[in-house]
Amino acid sequence: MSKWILVLAMALVTGLLKAQVTISGRVLDQKNKPVSGVSVGLRDSYDGATSDSLGNYRFTTSERGKKILEASSIGFRSFELELDIQGLSIQQDIILREEISELKAVVISAGTFEASDRKKATVLNPIDIVTTASGNGDVTGALKSLPGAQQVGESEGLFVRGGTAQETRTYIDGTLVNNFFYSSVPNIAQRGRFSPFIFKGTIFSTGGYSALYGQALSSALILESIDIPEQTSANIGVTMLSLSAGYQHLAKNKQSSFGLNYGYSDLTLAFAIIKQRQEYQQVPVYHNADANFRIRTSKTGILKYYGTFSTNELSFFQPSIDTPGYKSGFGISNLNTYHNLSWRENLGKKWKMNAGISYTYNKDKIRSGLYTMDKQPVVVDGLAFRNFYQERQGNYANAKLVLERRLAGLTMIRVGGEYNYSDDRSDYTTWNGIVFPFQAKEHIKAAFAETDIYLTNDLAAKIGGRYEHSSLLNRQSIAPRLSLAYKTGKNGQASVAYGVFYQNPDIRYLTGSADFNFAKATHYIAQYQRVTSLQTFRAEVFYKKYDDLIKTKFNGALEAASGTDGYGDAKGFEFFWRDKQTIKNLDYWISYSYLDTKRDFLNFPSVTQPNFATRHTASLVLKKFVTKLKMNINGAYNFATGRPYYYIMFNPQSGKNEFVDKGRTIDYHNLSFSLNYLPSIGKKDAKMFAVYVLSVSNVFNFYQEYGYEYSYNGYRKQAIVPPSRVFVFLGAFLSFGVDRTDDAINNNL
Amino acid sequence: MLLLLICMLTKTSVFSQSDKYVKAMEDKLAQVEKTGTADGWKDLANSFERIADVEKAQWLPYYYAAFSRVMGGYMLGNGQAGGFADKTDPEADKADELINKALSLSGENSEIWCVRKMIATLRMSADPMSRWQTFGPVAAEALQKAKQMDPANPRVYLLEGQDKFYTPEQFGGSKSEAKALFEEALKKFESFKPASSIHPAWGASQARFFLAQIQ
Repeated sequence: MSKWILVLAMALVTGLLKAQVTISGRVLDQKNKPVSGVSVGLRDSYDGATSDSLGNYRFTTSERGKKILEASSIGFRSFELELDIQGLSIQQDIILREEISELKAVVISAGTFEASDRKKATVLNPIDIVTTASGNGDVTGALKSLPGAQQVGESEGLFVRGGTAQETRTYIDGTLVNNFFYSSVPNIAQRGRFSPFIFKGTIFSTGGYSALYGQALSSALILESIDIPEQTSANIGVTMLSLSAGYQHLAKNKQSSFGLNYGYSDLTLAFAIIKQRQEYQQVPVYHNADANFRIRTSKTGILKYYGTFSTNELSFFQPSIDTPGYKSGFGISNLNTYHNLSWRENLGKKWKMNAGISYTYNKDKIRSGLYTMDKQPVVVDGLAFRNFYQERQGNYANAKLVLERRLAGLTMIRVGGEYNYSDDRSDYTTWNGIVFPFQAKEHIKAAFAETDIYLTNDLAAKIGGRYEHSSLLNRQSIAPRLSLAYKTGKNGQASVAYGVFYQNPDIRYLTGSADFNFAKATHYIAQYQRVTSLQTFRAEVFYKKYDDLIKTKFNGALEAASGTDGYGDAKGFEFFWRDKQTIKNLDYWISYSYLDTKRDFLNFPSVTQPNFATRHTASLVLKKFVTKLKMNINGAYNFATGRPYYYIMFNPQSGKNEFVDKGRTIDYHNLSFSLNYLPSIGKKDAKMFAVYVLSVSNVFNFYQEYGYEYSYNGYRKQAIVPPSRVFVFLGAFLSFGVDRTDDAINNNL
Repeated sequence: MLLLLICMLTKTSVFSQSDKYVKAMEDKLAQVEKTGTADGWKDLANSFERIADVEKAQWLPYYYAAFSRVMGGYMLGNGQAGGFADKTDPEADKADELINKALSLSGENSEIWCVRKMIATLRMSADPMSRWQTFGPVAAEALQKAKQMDPANPRVYLLEGQDKFYTPEQFGGSKSEAKALFEEALKKFESFKPASSIHPAWGASQARFFLAQIQ
């Protein structure tokens, strides 16, 4: 009996300690390349191994029967296979399929520069916008050192690939922004109205952009405002130009915040130190108040409001070019208010919604004319048309809804609609009191759809279309958009983009009742880019064709549209190289643009290279953070070849416009330098965070000219030059915040 | 008699189920102190995760899987000043997923907040210039939570000391403060008793390693 028990017990024990079976093989990806670091094992068992650098794995198990072999690794879809384990070793190779993921997938990037910290393949960080020496703390400043943009200094805006500044439109949180810059002043570029610090993401597209954006012929600047801040804080700014103060409050539960800011700028001090060419009667003075709130509506949703109210005025004299012994005077006062409400929410698991509405009211009062040497207004015979007063008012509203549905992987569709309302009024009063009133109301309705298709991680397409209807033109348009991107290697990718873009002709010229078309641009772009975390190289070629550009005629007092039969094209190539790796602690980028463009628009007598475009533009931007000094040292050198200038006059004999003079400006060089000193960086217990800024533009006092202006008869001309050669900016920005580490500590003590 | 034997055997096998778990964990934990390469940590992380997927009620395997992922992530970025987010971010994401699983099983505790702190530091170190403002406070808050939940946890002081050790002096780092913290950690290790043979006990050798670097 006891023998039996022993045998039985032995049998049972051996049954429990079954012999080990080896399971081994190789893990490969779809391209037959070994994958290392993959966890391979049997389901519901500890048994398994990790694949080595050759993709080999091997483990032993005492399991028997039908078991599931599992393999998983980051970036791959998990693999499972049923094995029937008997007593013999098993050899089983595993093929893993790559997961289509944002991190690995090709990025549709033709024509686009992105500054954000969300995605891998971004060319800029948000901080780059404010630390580019030539950027002067302006949103668009830094973008001018990227390929595609021209170095136009006499007026504001981004002139992209042979396009005018009006062909670049700006969108904040999805909706179109009117009056992004302060109102134009002759030959002095104005700044943007929005502080770069309110944006967390910037996408600068120099062509081929998505069907979500319309009414922009050349370029889209897509800005995304910050979400809920990380702390409650108060801030003060003192600069040689301005004083500002603000408060940002974060609710205790961190689900909402609100903020208020007020800024006052007065350039009296700056202009006393840095002599201006213009003789100011009213130095520029700005009042700017803004308010915001942000509310988390759910785990994924957020409602954001941002609104501003601002006024500014300035007036100056300069010697009249038309007639010696007189002064030419210009004055403007502006009132502007802008409100933007946006709501982003996930609707269930698959749908996402982005909704936004914005409203702008803008009013300009402009006075221009001739003055005697002791600044008395005067009407000079033959030059009476120089004296005028204009009051412009604009009401603009934009509403947009985008619904996005995720299909498999990264593949998704977006559909939506947009409504854009504008009401422009102008009363133009000539010297003798005759008023030319003008009003144009426009309703643009748009519908769009697009899809991002990821066939694999290596191949993606974006296909879209946009329909627009303009009530003013009584026309409709359908604009197809297409981009493809293909990954050529681990870091390299090639992309192409094609798109048709429509934009209303500049409404100021639409005084007549002629039949006008949308202006049309067709973009073709091909790009190669290679991106690692520390280096970016990209090369792009493009061709852009313009049709139905506006043509104008002088109708006695004002220039007015005569038709939309203008045309033109632009072609060129661009390079960009950014490197944070080669030289320790130095971050630099180089950009170069070649542009060949001609057009016939406005009052041009023939197809010609416009005065806002030059052939060669290049920039070198340097950034260095010196840890010891807690200082950011930034430098930038911008170069552009000379731009054409010309004077166009109506010849009554031929009945046509003619070029009466032509020329080319000298090459443009600008070297800027800035220092940001951050003494409180890294001090965890600091209650105050301070940034001191010193920036100098045109350090070497280069003579720069932007173009030429002419006397009315074309007899005299003079170079348009910056208001001052060198400009120096000095400022201190202090932020008083209870940062979250302190919150955490205080709550615990 | 036979019945008794079978009963005994069955009982042993019931015991052996949990013994097997403890034994497997102890085997792997023995490697924790010896591992020093990214591949080694990845292998450990995989092993712990396989155990975790079987022992669905235990938080420790998920905790160690997350811990090993982060340690592997540190190795990937070793010796570079940022610029490796593309490599380490997926590891940090995976570690987050694992530590959240551990959290759902154990509830909040000091050890889990320590790993959370380590994950935030990994994310920050991948691109310090543009990330310190976001992940610096996240890491500091996690460490505070860890300290609040168990002021006797020596790993809190070890991690705090590492921060002081690696941060440049201009940014608030200090070798002397680091030294004091490592010494504090070692003192806490002396009186620290893990709840079981497989509960977190790591860190003493690390503290000694850093102290040797300073002296």
